[in-house]
Amino acid sequence: MGRALINVPPKARKGQVIDIKALVSHPMETGYRTGPDGALVPRDIINRFLVTWNGQEIFSADLFPAIAANPYFAFTTIAQESGTITFRWFDDKGNAQVETAAIVVE
Amino acid sequence: MIASRKSLLTPNRRGLLAAGGGLVGLLALRPAHATASAMQEAMKAFCAGVTPQAGRVTLDIPPLVENGNSVPLTVRVEAAMTAQEHVRRIGVFNERNPQPNIAVFHLNARSGRAEVATRIRLGDSQIIAAIAELSDGSLWTATAELVVTLPACVES
Repeated sequence: MGRALINVPPKARKGQVIDIKALVSHPMETGYRTGPDGALVPRDIINRFLVTWNGQEIFSADLFPAIAANPYFAFTTIAQESGTITFRWFDDKGNAQVETAAIVVE
Repeated sequence: MIASRKSLLTPNRRGLLAAGGGLVGLLALRPAHATASAMQEAMKAFCAGVTPQAGRVTLDIPPLVENGNSVPLTVRVEAAMTAQEHVRRIGVFNERNPQPNIAVFHLNARSGRAEVATRIRLGDSQIIAAIAELSDGSLWTATAELVVTLPACVES
């Protein structure tokens, strides 16, 4: 897959609600468009987005072709302990892109 | 002899009706748009037998969209987001894209706020609906109507 942009605050107080934003470059080909030869371009989308904090799920989404290209998500979570936030994007071909962000909770 | 020739050349009423029926069938087969009934069915599948109540959900989406390829959407749900009361799932549905589903977001007691933002595609001016499932099993819903000037999925 492509480049990912992740916005996670580097530091947070324990119990604070933090904003997380994630974007990955992906065409999200719907399977309903025709190519230059007139044939349908086969579907290729990210169908699942999963975010874990030290292994525990904090947010996930099941996606359909109606999600715009370069899928972007913004959500919140409560900071509990220092560690790693892992972002995983799964596409139709069975590939997964994994990105991580470190956060210190005081 | 003359009568049979006439029936061969001039299209009679029965033949016309049959041809017309075939044409309607062809049009119906085109996978152009999800219909309102497909949307209702997708929403029913999400609800799994529980009737959603109106309220508590806010759909933040521009009422007039210039480009359907990327439409900012924010869904908010009024919920305490504690272990006792939190949002488990939020389903977003559309009426007139090729598929009725847009996304299903999974939240939990640790989410802090029941608020998710993303960007979606819209193939036509239509109605968007969101359903939120709370931890007590209750379902809440909201709809938003919007106009799309340049729909998605038209360019090749």
